Amino acid sequence: MGATAEIIVFYILAAVITVSSILAVTSRKMLRAATFLLVVLLCTAGLYLLLNYHFLAVVQLSVYAGGILILFIFAILLTSSKGDRSESHDRRRRIAAFAAALAGAVITIVATAKHKVLYGDNATILGDNEIPMKQIGHALIGDGKYEYLLSFEALSILLLACIIGGILIARKR
Amino acid sequence: MEFTIYIILVPMLLFFVLALGGRWLGPRTAGIIGTAGMGAAALLSYIAVYKYFFAGAGIGPDGNYLTVTGFNAQWLRLTDSLHIDMGVLLDPISVMMLAVVTTVSLMVHIYSFGYMKGERGFQRYYAFLSLFSFSMLGLVVATNIFQMYIFWELVGASSYLLIGFYYTRPAAVAASKKAFIVTRFADFGFLIGILILSYCTKTFDFGAITADNASLAVRTMEGSSFLGLSSATWAMLLIFMGGAGKSAMFPLHIWLPDAMEGPTPVSALIHAATMVVAGVYLVARMFPVYLFAAPQVLTVIGYVGAFTALFAAIIAMVQTDIKRVLAFSTISQIAYMMVALGVSGMGGHAGEGYTASMFHLFTHAFFKALLFLGAGAVIHAVHSNEMEHMGGLRKRMPVTHITFLVACLAIAGIPPLSGFFSKDEILSAAMEGDKVLFAVLWIVAGITAFYMFRLYFRIFWGRESETARHAHEAPAVMLVPLAVLALLTCVTGFIPFSRFISPDNAPYALGINWGVAGASIAIGIAGIALAAWLYMRDSERPQRIAARMGGFYKAAKRRLYIDDAWAFLTKNIIFRRICAPIAWFDRHVIDGTWCGIANVTQRTSEAIKGIQNGRVQAYALLFIISVLLITIITLFI
Amino acid sequence: MIPMEHYLIVSSIMFFVGLYGFLSRKNLLAILISIELILNSVEINFSVFNRYLFPEHMEGMFFSLFGIAISAAETAVAIAIIINVYRVTQEIDVRHIDKMKY
Repeated sequence: MGATAEIIVFYILAAVITVSSILAVTSRKMLRAATFLLVVLLCTAGLYLLLNYHFLAVVQLSVYAGGILILFIFAILLTSSKGDRSESHDRRRRIAAFAAALAGAVITIVATAKHKVLYGDNATILGDNEIPMKQIGHALIGDGKYEYLLSFEALSILLLACIIGGILIARKR
Repeated sequence: MEFTIYIILVPMLLFFVLALGGRWLGPRTAGIIGTAGMGAAALLSYIAVYKYFFAGAGIGPDGNYLTVTGFNAQWLRLTDSLHIDMGVLLDPISVMMLAVVTTVSLMVHIYSFGYMKGERGFQRYYAFLSLFSFSMLGLVVATNIFQMYIFWELVGASSYLLIGFYYTRPAAVAASKKAFIVTRFADFGFLIGILILSYCTKTFDFGAITADNASLAVRTMEGSSFLGLSSATWAMLLIFMGGAGKSAMFPLHIWLPDAMEGPTPVSALIHAATMVVAGVYLVARMFPVYLFAAPQVLTVIGYVGAFTALFAAIIAMVQTDIKRVLAFSTISQIAYMMVALGVSGMGGHAGEGYTASMFHLFTHAFFKALLFLGAGAVIHAVHSNEMEHMGGLRKRMPVTHITFLVACLAIAGIPPLSGFFSKDEILSAAMEGDKVLFAVLWIVAGITAFYMFRLYFRIFWGRESETARHAHEAPAVMLVPLAVLALLTCVTGFIPFSRFISPDNAPYALGINWGVAGASIAIGIAGIALAAWLYMRDSERPQRIAARMGGFYKAAKRRLYIDDAWAFLTKNIIFRRICAPIAWFDRHVIDGTWCGIANVTQRTSEAIKGIQNGRVQAYALLFIISVLLITIITLFI
Repeated sequence: MIPMEHYLIVSSIMFFVGLYGFLSRKNLLAILISIELILNSVEINFSVFNRYLFPEHMEGMFFSLFGIAISAAETAVAIAIIINVYRVTQEIDVRHIDKMKY
């Protein structure tokens, strides 16, 4: 993929992400909001691909788009008895939230633009340096420096606890 | 002599057993345990007396009496020399007091078995009696002035409990409060006196303070003065104030007549024989300090005592409540002892006043306890304290009558009863010390004989009243103590007291001064004769005389308005002029400040509690705004 | 090439849009969707920093990886709670879920 095409793809993805995320939080219909979230997540996967993180992109697609979103849709269908419309707060609260979010965004973007971050040249970053699966696998279950066995196991226990907790909470008594 | 500690520990143990276990013991068992325990303590005291005076434990190589420390435990160590101990000090007066206190207490324990029978709180009563005995014994054997002060307060507290024993009667509650507050007020002076004394001498120990003619106190306290009086004078005056409060000296005597609201045996034990003489005992204990460091105070004691003796005797003449008569007579007799101390000197015959004071304390304890217990038997029979409900009881209560007569003769100073000997010694000591005091005491002796026999004739002679007709003799358990005390009253006068007790612990010989004795017998018989003429047969004479006296009679009946003066002082001056403004200040300014602070806090929290609305989004909004502000500050400023 | 700041700007926008949603919506599920947006933006940032600043390491990527897993766990529990709340109150309006305050 040429550099220009890459830039074009990035800006398309950026535009879609911006629009879809705004729609995802403003849409009245919950199912529609979930769909826009799906679009955002897919585009994020696209960003990961642009960054040459293929494994991450796949995980993003399978876990987020495949798992979490299905959960959302189930939950929305289960909890929306009288149509799936969702009201926002009153005007004052919306304005306050909007002002806070806008101010935060402006501050962050200004800070980002003002501070020049030094990074390596184009070639090292965007060369064909996709991380091999074998390396990722070793790093995940190794116990040396920059290896993540402990986090991996902790996470697996968290997920197990989550499954049990989820069942326990949602169980009909 | 280590066993003497048990004389004190036994009543203490009894108190805990009876107070904690009284509910399960039942009245009868509780009474028997209390009496048996007191009997054991009395027996131990008699052994102590025997060992100390007769078996040689207390006699030094030169024939003088030693000060034996039976037991001593350091309790609070403040500095090397200044420490508060708990111990048992044995010298002639404390050993004598042990015997007196345990004997009277034992008699009262036995007597109460009949007198308090069927009363509510019988076990509580015995527990309090034990507490009192423990405190009083701890007081008399105190090795240092602070231990004495502690037990001094304890006897005050147990006296409070016993006066207010019938706590459902408002009069008893008021009397107990009055007794406690008045004596507490006096004890405040006592405490300050202790502090001055111990500050100067750097010790609490009686032995160290009084040794070598109180040279330590004289040496350390000379030179310093305050308001024109030396610090020794101040200290000893304030300590005497404590003694005056407990011993009901004018003007702090007002609590004692009211204290008669308590059960009669309690009056016999506490307010006649033991606790009220604590003040005399205190002065006797500190006697060398008074004599050498503050002789003016000793003079003050003599005059206060003489005035109180006369004053109380005058009031006693017109009271109609028999226990009140006895209460004023007690005040008068204690004042006698105070006068004797006030005129005493040191060494050989000069110490006659001291000896006489302790002698009178000793004999008075028995005959006054006997009078109270006899009065208790009468009250028990007619269910009233008033003289007009009595009369003609001599045929119905023969034993009580005889014992009461013995006690009256003793207090009137008729030989060969004990009161004669001790009173004669006091009078002859006063004769040698101060003629004015002698004259007052001589007159008081006559008045005493008069009012005691007025009491006697009004109870046992004259016309029978309606209630007296149903009276019957008290049960044997009440008569035995009466008989024992009557016997003691008859024989104790023959004890040669100067052989045992003297201010410098050196025995000396003392004979009867027949000149003084004759005068005192004469005025005593005159008083008795006057009383007999007025009251033996029912007649109009007393009323006529009372009418002739007019205002004075009324004033005496109202106790010479001293109680009213105190009431005026406390109510109108202290409460209304001083306390009320302070209370207003407290209520409005101080409370107002803190209430204002509380109100401001409350209003503020009311105003801002809307922020804590439990909605997580509101919290998040605040949180985010704060984070943004902090970010702005750190990035751009 | 695409400057790193552009990625960061995209993720910032996503973050604050999610924040706006979190503050303004009443529906619990909508709030949860907003939270997913916020998490997602953070994960983008980690990956971007990893790629641009330390291309020879993998920490940022792994952080994103674990973040995805944790957000999955969190979503599962949150949805279980929401369904339970719905079962009790028949609604999932956040304003009415303040009983725990008392």
